[in-house]
Amino acid sequence: MKDKIFRFLLFFAALIILLLTAGIIFALVSRSTEAFQEYGIWGFIANPEWDPRPATEEYGALSFIVGTLYTAFFALFLCVPFSLSVALFNGEYFKGKRISSFVRSIVDLLAGIPSIVYGLWGFYAVRPLIIDLGINAQGFGIFLSSIVLAIMIIPYASSLSTEFISMVPNKLKEGAYSLGATQFEVIQNISLPTARSGIVASYILALGRALGETMAVTMLIGNTDRIPKGLRDTGNTMASVIANQFGEADGLKLSSLIAIGLLLFVITALINMIAKLVMKKVASI
Amino acid sequence: MSLNIKTSIDSRNGKNKLIYILVCLFSFLAMIPLFLILWDVVSKGYKNFNINLFTEVTPSSMDALIANMNGDPIPGGILNGITGSILIVGLAILFSVPIGLFIGIYLSENRDKKFAGLVSYLTDLLQGMPSIVIGIIAYAWVVKPLGGYSALAGSVALTMMMLPMIVRSTEETLKMLPASYKEAGLALGSSYTSVVFNILLPSGFGGIFTGILLAISRVMGETAPLMLTALGASVVNWDVMEPTSALPLLIWDFYNDPNLVELVWSSSLLLLIVIFLLNWIAKIVARKWKV
Repeated sequence: MKDKIFRFLLFFAALIILLLTAGIIFALVSRSTEAFQEYGIWGFIANPEWDPRPATEEYGALSFIVGTLYTAFFALFLCVPFSLSVALFNGEYFKGKRISSFVRSIVDLLAGIPSIVYGLWGFYAVRPLIIDLGINAQGFGIFLSSIVLAIMIIPYASSLSTEFISMVPNKLKEGAYSLGATQFEVIQNISLPTARSGIVASYILALGRALGETMAVTMLIGNTDRIPKGLRDTGNTMASVIANQFGEADGLKLSSLIAIGLLLFVITALINMIAKLVMKKVASI
Repeated sequence: MSLNIKTSIDSRNGKNKLIYILVCLFSFLAMIPLFLILWDVVSKGYKNFNINLFTEVTPSSMDALIANMNGDPIPGGILNGITGSILIVGLAILFSVPIGLFIGIYLSENRDKKFAGLVSYLTDLLQGMPSIVIGIIAYAWVVKPLGGYSALAGSVALTMMMLPMIVRSTEETLKMLPASYKEAGLALGSSYTSVVFNILLPSGFGGIFTGILLAISRVMGETAPLMLTALGASVVNWDVMEPTSALPLLIWDFYNDPNLVELVWSSSLLLLIVIFLLNWIAKIVARKWKV
């Protein structure tokens, strides 16, 4: 009898996850219907105007979608040489060595630093550099946010790729070495191709992180509600516009912000799903 | 001919060396930001890192302005943020640990069930959710119905962030335990409940506890969801239905207030110390109670 109750409790706890997800989707959808009814789903997504002034009130998400994609992909691009190096360092060159666990714990600590501290550091330490380099007069913008974002996602991209690179079977590598390949040739022709799906998946997951990052980006991107003209320009991401304008919002504006939240949720869910599919391919090897 | 082979081997070896050096160089560069950030926070934060920080609440912007003009140190500290963080995170631990443990046990015990697969998939979905979206959810669920910002709403948001992490670490740890543990318990006539509580959970203690500590350290610095839920307060508040401050929220306030900006570094320093301490304890626990 006791066991029956216990088993039921376990099942009930698992049911909570289901209810949570349903509740999340319901809350997001029901609170964003006002915006979607006003503009239509596509009309909301494709509209670059964001004008909260009462007389000319108009809301569209395009500027923020573009801003989000800009910052996230540029950050991903910047982080690749570093995270791939760390992954090769830990998973190939110094696999199992003491120095590798040192590097790993340092990079792990990077993941522990809160977003807001990254934002502070970006504002006080990196922004002056951007101004000195003449990239942007105020320093704020896509460029600055992407640099800081890139540092933030290095641990996510590298830790998972390390796993996959170190999982490459030794006999494959030994075969190549016995034919006289150098270590680089082994990495290039054996390790990377074998671990490719896993590495790709870890970068997709890192991209998902970058898309949803809020505080650091809010502090660094300059917060302008229009489509950024380039990497040097200021802008806003979907997450940063919510963080910035949610507090004073009500009515249609609040609903539009929640609609942006819903879009962000859908995008990150899709990204995670794709990463999972790619990883499934790895498991089947 | 032999000359050609020689140059070809040289170039291959050269390339090999070059890549090796590049990998080491870039790995080294990837570690630098940590030290730069730590240096920045420590060197700017230690000045205001005194007893006042822990015993007094946030000063008003006006008081700070006057102190700044007179060249005095800013009067006041971040007590309201410390107590707020304890309240909000403590409540989130209370919510998320029991539920997370149970879900983790369920997933590891019912590996082949379709329903478990679905729950596992949704857990991943929750884990990947941006924190600001979680803030919106807690706003819609708690702030709106209760008619105001509250510590409770903040805890709900943090619970949603901790839950998937605790579920995953519990599940992974229990899955690593040999099946013979459970079989031995059942063979001795123990009930299923007793096997779980007296054999499985104690054997997996290290991994589970580490997971909980890491989850706490992860939500300790979360700012975005709290902005939409707990809002902040300038007094010490222990009422879960009232707006409450937290360390990261105070950092955000200080950052936006030129008069209080001096306090930003000492509060960040405290936050980093707490987070790294939790990480460090987690590491020790993981090493000591290895499965």
